[in-house]
Amino acid sequence: MMRFIDFLYAAIKAGTPLLFGTTGEIITEKTGNLNLGVEGMMYMGAFAGFFVGYHTSNLALALIAAFVIGAFGALIYAFLTVTLRANQTVTGLALTIFGTGFANFFGQLMIKHAPNGTPKLSETFMDAVSAKGIPLLSSIPYVGKLLFSHNVLVYIAIIVAIICGIYLKYTRAGLNMRSVGENPAAADAAGLNITFIKYFNITLGGGICGLGGAYISLINGGGVWNNGCVNGQGWIAVALVIFASWSPVKALFGSLVFGATTVLQYYVPKDIIEIPNAFYVMLPFVITAIVLVITSIKQTKEGAQPLGCSNNYFREER
Amino acid sequence: MNNTAIELSGIRKTFGTVIANNNVNLSVNKGEILALLGENGSGKTTLMNILAGIYLPDEGTIKVDGKEVHINSPEDANKLGIGMIHQHFKLIEVHSAADNIILGSKDNPFFLTKKRSQKIHEISESFGLEIDPDKKIYNMSVSEKQTVEILKVLYKGAKILILDEPTAVLTPQETKKLFAILRKMKEKGCAVIIITHKLNEVLEISDRVTILRKGESITTVNTAETNANELTELMVGKAVELSIDRPETEYNENVLEIHRLTVQNEEGMDALKDVSFSLKKGEILGVAGIAGSGQKELCEAIAGLLKAKEGAILHHKQNLVGKTPAEIINLGVSMSFIPEDRLGMGLVASMGMVENMLLKTYSQGKTPFVEKKEARELSEKIIEKLEISTPGIDTPVRRLSGGNVQKVLLGREIENNPNVLITAYAVRGLDINSSYTVYDALNEQKQKGVAILFIGEDLDVMLELCDRIMVLCHGEITGIVNAGETTKEELGLLMTGAINKGVSANA
Repeated sequence: MMRFIDFLYAAIKAGTPLLFGTTGEIITEKTGNLNLGVEGMMYMGAFAGFFVGYHTSNLALALIAAFVIGAFGALIYAFLTVTLRANQTVTGLALTIFGTGFANFFGQLMIKHAPNGTPKLSETFMDAVSAKGIPLLSSIPYVGKLLFSHNVLVYIAIIVAIICGIYLKYTRAGLNMRSVGENPAAADAAGLNITFIKYFNITLGGGICGLGGAYISLINGGGVWNNGCVNGQGWIAVALVIFASWSPVKALFGSLVFGATTVLQYYVPKDIIEIPNAFYVMLPFVITAIVLVITSIKQTKEGAQPLGCSNNYFREER
Repeated sequence: MNNTAIELSGIRKTFGTVIANNNVNLSVNKGEILALLGENGSGKTTLMNILAGIYLPDEGTIKVDGKEVHINSPEDANKLGIGMIHQHFKLIEVHSAADNIILGSKDNPFFLTKKRSQKIHEISESFGLEIDPDKKIYNMSVSEKQTVEILKVLYKGAKILILDEPTAVLTPQETKKLFAILRKMKEKGCAVIIITHKLNEVLEISDRVTILRKGESITTVNTAETNANELTELMVGKAVELSIDRPETEYNENVLEIHRLTVQNEEGMDALKDVSFSLKKGEILGVAGIAGSGQKELCEAIAGLLKAKEGAILHHKQNLVGKTPAEIINLGVSMSFIPEDRLGMGLVASMGMVENMLLKTYSQGKTPFVEKKEARELSEKIIEKLEISTPGIDTPVRRLSGGNVQKVLLGREIENNPNVLITAYAVRGLDINSSYTVYDALNEQKQKGVAILFIGEDLDVMLELCDRIMVLCHGEITGIVNAGETTKEELGLLMTGAINKGVSANA
């Protein structure tokens, strides 16, 4: 039993960066822009978070930096797709390539200047991001460990996802942005400021993706910078958006499932089931493919990609 | 007191080298319904889009309540109390009626409350509209969607209402209801501008008529002092014969026999249920019905695009069920389906006329290369015959106006020398002159012995053009009547299923 709780605990941890990425991409897609640059924005956030954390030892500053740079990456994307009306798919791919290069280039530079060639976060910083139990709650058997003894970023991710869910469904601003994402011409005719709404939500989504990157470099990396740390998780987040049928609250569940597949290999008793490691490494991607097939078969109208997604809006187009 | 709600003078709008509007003058008074009449491409929709803030005029002034205004965006238009109901509804399908209606208003600024339905109820009651605010748009009929559009405009307190071809997709009964609403608005002091191609409606509802021709306003006449012939003449610029021929043909041979056909749509629902009818050589069989009653599925089943679940489609005693679309085309069954956006099916928007002609004939080529010569000649021929106005045969069809796109499609299908011609919404959105060109072309085919299935919207036209009219309601045939012996009212009732003249299986 304890082993199973350990497994779920690890799954939540591994699912957190995916949850950030998925939530950010849901916000972006709901406003009508498919941003395939999640991987790139996560890389940018990973580097900026680590860099600021490394130099200031301040967690709040590190997270702000990760958010800002993720939002900055998204801002470039927004400028290209909303203002210049460039193709969304191509722009997103370019952002992924840019972000990956950005993080690895400056990451390498950081390695070069670090003592012993290993940039390492300070003790105080590592303490701030370490898992801490919430008093009383964490001492509940099983549940306490599972739900109430995580590092602070896990809670931030969950709260962000829930707030985004409320934002989308129950607020006026959420209705406005969903309308823009579904049918920009209708939203425009209703007098909404399409450009502002798109810019705002795309950069917000990018910022949240950036936080996901920071989680990877600050927590999964064990305090040491590692080039190539994001390693495809941004792409899984893009697929998770479909799995979660564009609902941040469902993304909570989806990211747990995918987090579980990434850590499964450490929790399968090797003496009972003997499968090569490569199989486990492959697993999240195989499941991604299967999920994409299943979700494309059964779709409700509400749980589908926003109709305006991938199409840039130009009022005077005929 | 100034009684003029809105006044346009000297409006000019160009798109590149195309002049859409030039020197347009018109005015509408409070409590008045003005009809805007003009052929396709005469710039009616462009003009109204200028009022709605979608397009910016190049020249000219707009006065609202006597004050000169600049409408730079739809929001400006909203603030001035101008509301537009577009020809293609601007609704968000996955949202509820209430969410569509409140979009862009200042109520519920932060959180969406349950109370948002209440104000909608109040407004809809005062105008006699029926609506369920929580119903999703994709579950609504066309008429319900239009009600939502009207409510959207009223909710924002619009005093000037613009309707772009509102009746094109309505049944006669629904049109009556709409006109009652418009009259109520008029009583309340609203100014209404309505665009429609149907002259009888213009004469019925409007107080004055402004006529546009080639982008310019020709004149404004009082409805009470004019008639259909005069209006047409003003619109086209020459006298036009306003009756549709129904030539008698001598053929008496069934070309197409449909037996107990059941077809499922994409969602797996029965879109056509146990449908049986026959189509004779040299006959135009009209198909009437509310949009989405199975017309599309019927076309697609005959053309081989949709699989029949049960039943048979016999073409000269040969079953078409199970044949590929290419085989069916080679048997001489031709389909031209004009979807609402006019380009969705049949033509490739970014290709020119020549390439679009080749879509049907490419397989007849003898070399591995594309043989464009014949397609070029064909394009020229169609342009001349159907009076298509296009900058050239290689201009992407997307750039042509809607009416011309339709003519290209229909022209290609006719030139294929079919023996069965299925045409759906052939005159959708076409002006009078173009419509008559199409009717003449269809009659010419009919006299050559082609069996024509004419899926239509305008019952007046169908009553004059078709030999028999079959009415579909929820995928079932509620009646097949002789066009000469029925009335519009009867058809309307058949369409809604209020009466059912159930036909025997082998009619």
